[in-house]
Amino acid sequence: MSVAASNSTRISKRFAELRASAELGIVTYITAGDPSLDATLRFVLTLAEAGADVIELGVPFSDPLADGPTIQRASERALKSGATLAGVLDLVRRIRKSSQVPLVLFSYYNPILQMGLEKFASAAASAGADGVLATDLTPEESEDYRRIMRLHNLDTIFLGAPTSTDERLAKIAGCSSGFLYLISRTGVTGAKDSLPDDLPALLRRARSVTVLPIAVGFGISLPGHVSVLGGLADAAVVGSALVSEIEKAKSVDAAATALAERVRSLKEAARHGLSRREVAP
Amino acid sequence: MSSILQSSTTAPGRFGPYGGRYVPETLMVPLFELERAYEAAKSDASFQSRFHDLLKNFAGRPTPLQFASRLTEKLGGPRIYLKREDLLHTGAHKINNAIGQGLLAVKMGKPRIVAETGAGQHGVASATVAAHLGLECVVYMGTEDMARQALNVARMRMVGTQVIGVESGSRTLKDAINEAMRDWVTNVRNTHYLLGSVLGAHPYPTMVRDFQAVIGREAREQILAAEKRLPTHLFACVGGGSNSIGLFHQFLGDASVKMIGIEAGGRGAGLGEHAARLAARQGFSGARPGVLQGTYTYVLQNEDGQIATTHSISAGLDYPAIGPEHAWLADQRRAEYSAVSDQAALDAARLLSRTEGIIPALESAHAIAGLVERLPQFKKDDLVILNLSGRGDKDMDTYSRLL
Repeated sequence: MSVAASNSTRISKRFAELRASAELGIVTYITAGDPSLDATLRFVLTLAEAGADVIELGVPFSDPLADGPTIQRASERALKSGATLAGVLDLVRRIRKSSQVPLVLFSYYNPILQMGLEKFASAAASAGADGVLATDLTPEESEDYRRIMRLHNLDTIFLGAPTSTDERLAKIAGCSSGFLYLISRTGVTGAKDSLPDDLPALLRRARSVTVLPIAVGFGISLPGHVSVLGGLADAAVVGSALVSEIEKAKSVDAAATALAERVRSLKEAARHGLSRREVAP
Repeated sequence: MSSILQSSTTAPGRFGPYGGRYVPETLMVPLFELERAYEAAKSDASFQSRFHDLLKNFAGRPTPLQFASRLTEKLGGPRIYLKREDLLHTGAHKINNAIGQGLLAVKMGKPRIVAETGAGQHGVASATVAAHLGLECVVYMGTEDMARQALNVARMRMVGTQVIGVESGSRTLKDAINEAMRDWVTNVRNTHYLLGSVLGAHPYPTMVRDFQAVIGREAREQILAAEKRLPTHLFACVGGGSNSIGLFHQFLGDASVKMIGIEAGGRGAGLGEHAARLAARQGFSGARPGVLQGTYTYVLQNEDGQIATTHSISAGLDYPAIGPEHAWLADQRRAEYSAVSDQAALDAARLLSRTEGIIPALESAHAIAGLVERLPQFKKDDLVILNLSGRGDKDMDTYSRLL
């Protein structure tokens, strides 16, 4: 079914390469349009060059109820700068002129629904996006969405959570292509000091129900987190930590420099941390 | 208007195409757990007897259905009865649902509840029930609303609830719901989200309606006893829509009974100036089906799917979406919806105060204004039940500026 289609995407190819070299991937999230779409273009190219394996482009939304304060503020800045879903799709097209980095559109469902599923999927695919993740959409409500995204060869990435049962994790993985995004903790997005104690158990549960690559996100910000995950996951998702570099920076140049440094140090940790092969049973 | 979803799903909690369950995955299993607990409670004799005992002896049910003789005479239109939910403990219909969900939280073993509040009536009801049942309670409230409903903030604090001000967005009900959901998703293992209206993901719209349906059950019996016939019209204000659906539900099968929901027309018809989701016929702009805070329904939004800010003098009606069952009733033309302005609501509050000696909440004053605006359409023997959903103590600051 979906596996055949997804095998051809940039996302699957990148994860296959990572798996072959037993290296943990780094997935980076930034909010598109924060502080402007032009700046985001620059940031994406910087992140890709610094070694980001997959880039999630956040579509700003007025009511980001799954996000903590850092990404809420980024969303507000992006909306103030005039960013829209159509503008983000145009940004994807501009990115594709100079980079083949795997790109995932990370949105709340309503902007996609208002554009229309068919129009969105066709525009996203032709712009060069590889996958889509809608934060407030679960397998139960996504039948049409999945069918239409697949028709346009877009990966559909769904979230698994610590509260998901094994049965649900299997269902979520069954609806996902490209990778499975596992939420590390109950809560909203945002950097935290430590990883939750029950994360290895959650990863084991997810592994037992899917062969898809697994990326772990929510609360991951430090090279130390990445080193630990190297033994357990296929990729780490870093978002709020990068968004707060953009927020703190005095200029777009300074933000780009800070992002590049962050990703390089995360990538370093990913390359030199425990590899999955070494600890996998 | 038709739905933009391409096919209706078979998921539970749908009202035609509306409703559903659009939440982050972390909340799905807790929603299933809540649905199971609620379904079990329906046929659990001890739950039901506790629920009814609290409704009677703690909240003060049944509420009277009062013939408003001087208002009837003054308006010279239909015979008007008021369903006196304003006489309930804590001052509004919100306590019906808060008792139901509070007992469910106890049953599910959740020692902590979070709630959102706009006008503060749901916050006060939740805080009061939490104190009564020995639960910890945190209420999120927009800082704009905290300023205009200061009395209710103090009441919540008096019964031991922590009130947390929300500074994001328009600092009103929508933003309080976002923040309550963020708390819930973080503390979901020990926390129940006591949502105050027929909004959000399934099972909330159905469950909250069922807890509020006692309003219509009583009113139907009471009007039959008093007038030996069914009403011709029901009036209620509609924010999220819990007091209105609570009154309407028992009459849905009575085809002769017209149901009219009154929304907040604010200070103008442009997007951002009102909170009228179903009154497009009157020229109010910006409402289309969409997904907000867990449910698919009519939502005030811009062309890019960003949720609009709203305005109403009434904090309890100041919200960009409407309960999904109302969206369906509107599409089916089973209920009608129209909006009245801030000023009309203020005038109606004064009218009721001076004809009946009842100071209504600003929310309920919208229902009265809606009735007044329809006066030319009534026949002499029409019979109205108007849900007086809350009392006006909390609005005295606003009212005293008009005196």
